[in-house]
Amino acid sequence: MPEQLAFAMEVTLNGLMAGVLYALVALGFVLIYKASGIFNYAQGVMALFAAMTLVGIMNGQVPFSHLINAMLGTEIHHFGWHVPGLLAILLTVGVMVLLAWLVQVCVMRHLVGQEPIILFMATIGLAYFLEGVSDLMWGSEIKTLDVGLPQGINIAIEDATYKLFDYGFFVDNLDIVATVIAALLVTGLVLFSQYTKQGRAMRAVADDHQAALSVGISLNFIWVLVWSVAGFVALVAGIMWGTKSGVQFSLSLIALKALPVLMLGGFTSIPGAIVGGLIIGVGEKLFEFLVGPMVGGATENWFAYVLALLFLVFRPQGLFGEKIIERV
Amino acid sequence: MKKTLTTLALGAAMAAGPAMADLVFPDLSYRTGPYAAGGIPFSDGYNDYFTLLNERDGGIGGVPAKVIECETGYNTEKGVECYESTKGEGALIYQPLSTGITYQLIPKVTADNIPLHTMGYGRTSAANGEVFSHVFNYPANYWNGASGVVNHLLEENGGDLSGKKIALVYHNSAYGKEPIRTLEELSKKHGFELVTLPVDHPGQEQKSQWLQIRRERPDNVVMWGWGVMNQVAIQEAANIRFPMENFIGVWWSGAEHDVMSAGAKANGYKAVTFHNVGRDFPVFDDIKTHVSDKGLAAGAGDQIGNVLYNRGMYAAMLAAEAAKTAQEIHGTKDITAAMMRDGMEALVMTEEKMAGLGMPNFGPAFNVSCENHGGPGLVGVTQWDADSQTWSLISDFKATDGEVIGGLIAEDSGAYAAENNIEAGCK
Repeated sequence: MPEQLAFAMEVTLNGLMAGVLYALVALGFVLIYKASGIFNYAQGVMALFAAMTLVGIMNGQVPFSHLINAMLGTEIHHFGWHVPGLLAILLTVGVMVLLAWLVQVCVMRHLVGQEPIILFMATIGLAYFLEGVSDLMWGSEIKTLDVGLPQGINIAIEDATYKLFDYGFFVDNLDIVATVIAALLVTGLVLFSQYTKQGRAMRAVADDHQAALSVGISLNFIWVLVWSVAGFVALVAGIMWGTKSGVQFSLSLIALKALPVLMLGGFTSIPGAIVGGLIIGVGEKLFEFLVGPMVGGATENWFAYVLALLFLVFRPQGLFGEKIIERV
Repeated sequence: MKKTLTTLALGAAMAAGPAMADLVFPDLSYRTGPYAAGGIPFSDGYNDYFTLLNERDGGIGGVPAKVIECETGYNTEKGVECYESTKGEGALIYQPLSTGITYQLIPKVTADNIPLHTMGYGRTSAANGEVFSHVFNYPANYWNGASGVVNHLLEENGGDLSGKKIALVYHNSAYGKEPIRTLEELSKKHGFELVTLPVDHPGQEQKSQWLQIRRERPDNVVMWGWGVMNQVAIQEAANIRFPMENFIGVWWSGAEHDVMSAGAKANGYKAVTFHNVGRDFPVFDDIKTHVSDKGLAAGAGDQIGNVLYNRGMYAAMLAAEAAKTAQEIHGTKDITAAMMRDGMEALVMTEEKMAGLGMPNFGPAFNVSCENHGGPGLVGVTQWDADSQTWSLISDFKATDGEVIGGLIAEDSGAYAAENNIEAGCK
């Protein structure tokens, strides 16, 4: 097999894996948009907040310690214990549910019936607020996140591909884990929305708020539920990306990677987020591999958007998005 | 009663207002945003050193130093706003810790007669003091950094890099592109092949670049990164099993937080430097006694002795020494920004002076002159030990390629002078 073809296959495989990571971020956007019509600008910051909270809990860090120490003149930083990863994840999920409830009670409930742009602006405010709270609560320094996920090259894949193609492919173990977790997450979300009472209520709200209200579904509860699920998805994305780079402010910028995925896959489709992520992941990696060297490289960021725009020309609602027809 | 109240009110107003005699050092910091992890320790070091001078020595020449911190978030527009809002406070010098902000401030500081010190960053050709009268980038600049890397690789390869392949992974910004021209010149001179791999801001995703490195198998990888790009690059290098001892970064890619995320796999990673690292200096005892123990530390006190804390402290020390020089030259303790500029241009740093400040062998000895605002350009190499979680200086501060760098500085500063109708020369 020609060397270049083997390289291209390796790039494609890694593009698929990267796409899964993008899709993980995009999923959170889709969930909230689908249920409430809100484009949640704060989704990336939620991933940062969730990951920082997880590390803080694991390390037994006292939240708001800098503030407390500055105000009271104390020197308190840690509780002196370490919380096991799984328990810390469960506690973080609890924090994200609490955050969802606070968002609903303090922000969204007061904006029911407002124009989408108002709701969008509210989430921008929420993003900046959450950014500040994250720093104040847990500090701005980079934190190492280790919940026991494997990292580094997968030797089995390297050996197997070497035998087949005379070139061992690189696939990161963390990306494989992310793919499995994303698959489980999507399956779980689909099962939840199809087979549970709350899930069906969520779908009813997504289809028609008024009709859902008329049959006794509590919008408040559903929106807290949706923001909680989005918070959980943000936590998963935060763990995956945070394990790679350490938990730091830049995690909030991963939302930028989700935007072309949403444009391509559609804002209302969970499978769309996955397929969109895969297309963007493979597309940008292959473009960088084939064209990047000719134009000086660093094509991935802009090419993802070009690819999404190309799809938009032919399907404005995205690949899996709902076509909106307004009759006069 | 009314008179007493008026007196009290006036007294309070005077106490609350700026003390006119203070020596003002603005700190354009970034404690928030994607680059906060680098900005925080630098600012902590910068602030703590001036606090130390105030607490231990009663200021600089008996005049208290006052640091005005202004948050830029590493955003160029905010940096310029910070400059405009603080220059009227009697600012003596600016050290913005950002190449983008530096480029915007160069014409402003020149017009306002305020010196700008960009130690190891900014516009490299500002080393030519005949063109850039108010900009200083001693003791080393980006091109010294690039040359220092190549010199280190030459040493490792018995003085011969011909036929070697060196990959440069760089932040795709004005900052990241700075070393390319120098490395291209050095590749021609020493016969190595240079492969350039840009990484877009912020650098969270670098799979393509490291797959390419894995395919092309360079002998060495050089990193010109900042922020999250550094951590991800070191992790990706570990993932593809690239030998860490063959991976070397510029000084902005060589702090503790850059390597900690990768854990033991980062062991052996190197970075060039223009100052010493670690906590083994008497000045830190003074900082503990006069600053941290009194609860006066700028941050949480947890950054003391870290690479970027040391760099911020070093920047503050050089500013304080320039202020002392200005006081001596002009025979007054209450110096202005124009006098500070003169002090910077006449600065002499000796080993004896540094030892007296509790910082023996902390940086190279050097003299600044009107012609040379860039200092000696000496570069050392540090290496990360993952077991002890410490950086160590593994070489002396050595000379860089003056022939190549000097030519590039003359060319770039000449172009700047022509564009801006500057008549080069020393007045």
